[in-house]
Amino acid sequence: MSLSTLLVLADGRLPAGAHAHSGGVEAAVAAGRIHDLPTLESFLVGRTSTSGTAAAAFAAASCRALTTRPVPHARSGDIEAAPLDRARLTALDNGARSAARVESLTDHRGALRDDSVRPAERITALDDGIDARTASPALRAASRAQGRALLRAVARIWPAAVNPAGPNPHHPIATGIAAAAAGLGPREAALTAVYGGLTGAASAAVRLLGLDPYTVHALIARLAPECDRVAADAAARADDPVDDLPAGSAILLDLDAERHATWEVRLFAS
Amino acid sequence: MRAEARLVAEADGRGGTRLSTVYGEPPLLPRRTGHHQNPTAAEVHLVGGAAGPLGGDDLRIDITVAPGAHLVVRTIAASLAQPSHPPAPSTLTITAKVGTGATLDWLPEPTVAVAGCDHLSRSIVDLADGATLRWREELVAGRHAEPPGDLRLETTVRYAGRTILRHDLAIGPRAKGWHAMLGRAAGTLLLVGPEAATAEPKIINRMPLANGPAALISATGPDARTVRTALDEGAANTRAHDPDAKPGNWRKG
Repeated sequence: MSLSTLLVLADGRLPAGAHAHSGGVEAAVAAGRIHDLPTLESFLVGRTSTSGTAAAAFAAASCRALTTRPVPHARSGDIEAAPLDRARLTALDNGARSAARVESLTDHRGALRDDSVRPAERITALDDGIDARTASPALRAASRAQGRALLRAVARIWPAAVNPAGPNPHHPIATGIAAAAAGLGPREAALTAVYGGLTGAASAAVRLLGLDPYTVHALIARLAPECDRVAADAAARADDPVDDLPAGSAILLDLDAERHATWEVRLFAS
Repeated sequence: MRAEARLVAEADGRGGTRLSTVYGEPPLLPRRTGHHQNPTAAEVHLVGGAAGPLGGDDLRIDITVAPGAHLVVRTIAASLAQPSHPPAPSTLTITAKVGTGATLDWLPEPTVAVAGCDHLSRSIVDLADGATLRWREELVAGRHAEPPGDLRLETTVRYAGRTILRHDLAIGPRAKGWHAMLGRAAGTLLLVGPEAATAEPKIINRMPLANGPAALISATGPDARTVRTALDEGAANTRAHDPDAKPGNWRKG
């Protein structure tokens, strides 16, 4: 994994349109719920533990789907069958797979992952999973708009990118695709998703409320370790069934987004 | 305490609904209640046979609504999720299957997260193609002026095998920043089926879902009554089935 490549992908200046979205901050400011640093902190913490955590999980899972080769059927969690399948795998692979490679096929529980699902099917299921977690049509549209913008950038920056998702995937799916194209792994995909959500919302608050940028960045620095924790957890669950992935609901973000979408004049698209 | 309740509703062949199983163990005591209001539906109230859920409880409710039947399930009062000594988590697992042409109305009173509680309520609803559902979830952060314990409602609803709603509503110390995302009281009412068709004029808190003929009505507020009022208003001017109404998916593929 290249640290500098991670910085390129996570940079707020990546031309992927992130500056056009406030992550719900504009609507929350208008509703009076964010008006100073403490209320911003509560919002950022709550957002990170709900939609930020879900975005990280789906980015990690999408990246994982695109960075592992399909292998013969092996059921996740079926530890009894694992040694047999592992031996079969090795035999099938004409010795091309090193012991380390076989080791990397096991997940955090020590069981073989279910790689029988093709990457494109997994990506489609993950995209469906975000739809099932996003009640607000305005938030679904905003997520797909950001996914489209990110993929447009990725196609130019990493032309070899594999995209089985069509032109309008949800933003976390596009983040996973981007990370895989850049040669990064699930944890970096998740970190990009959760950290990008945090800094995007924080910088929107600076612009909307005229908060002191130094104190807001001190807040981001305080919350950064939480991004690491969320990303590590997302990577550990990158192979879980879609219904088991994080689904923290933030009703106020949904309702705000629906109201915000009806405004005639607004600074941010969402 | 471990306890289980089972409800099975079937069409009686005369346009009504027969309850073929009404079984429960304390504190889950189902009681058949007045069906005079709606002769086609059977109604059951869950009567709290003990306090709770209390720490350590493992409760299960299993509901089957066979094709063509209509079951309404309510509770008689709010559930108070309470801690135990020594502390232990409590769980309530609800599984429901609803057949083609069948309707389930799951309309319980709110769950209140009492200080120190550690409660998980997990619901898995499987709807056949052509099933109808009203599914309400409400939670309240503590009794009056009380900081809440940990309360988590995990919900998965599938329609014709496809997941149409997956959400977790969580409050309490482990749900960081929850008050900025949910407020002191929060709730959702999921509508699936013909009456979920797009409402006109648009109601701001009634959101068409992407993966099926469904809409989620959401509300937050300072107390349970505010939330219930907003949920009821969101469902009030439900239109009759409109074959031209589109579910909320503006794009697939």
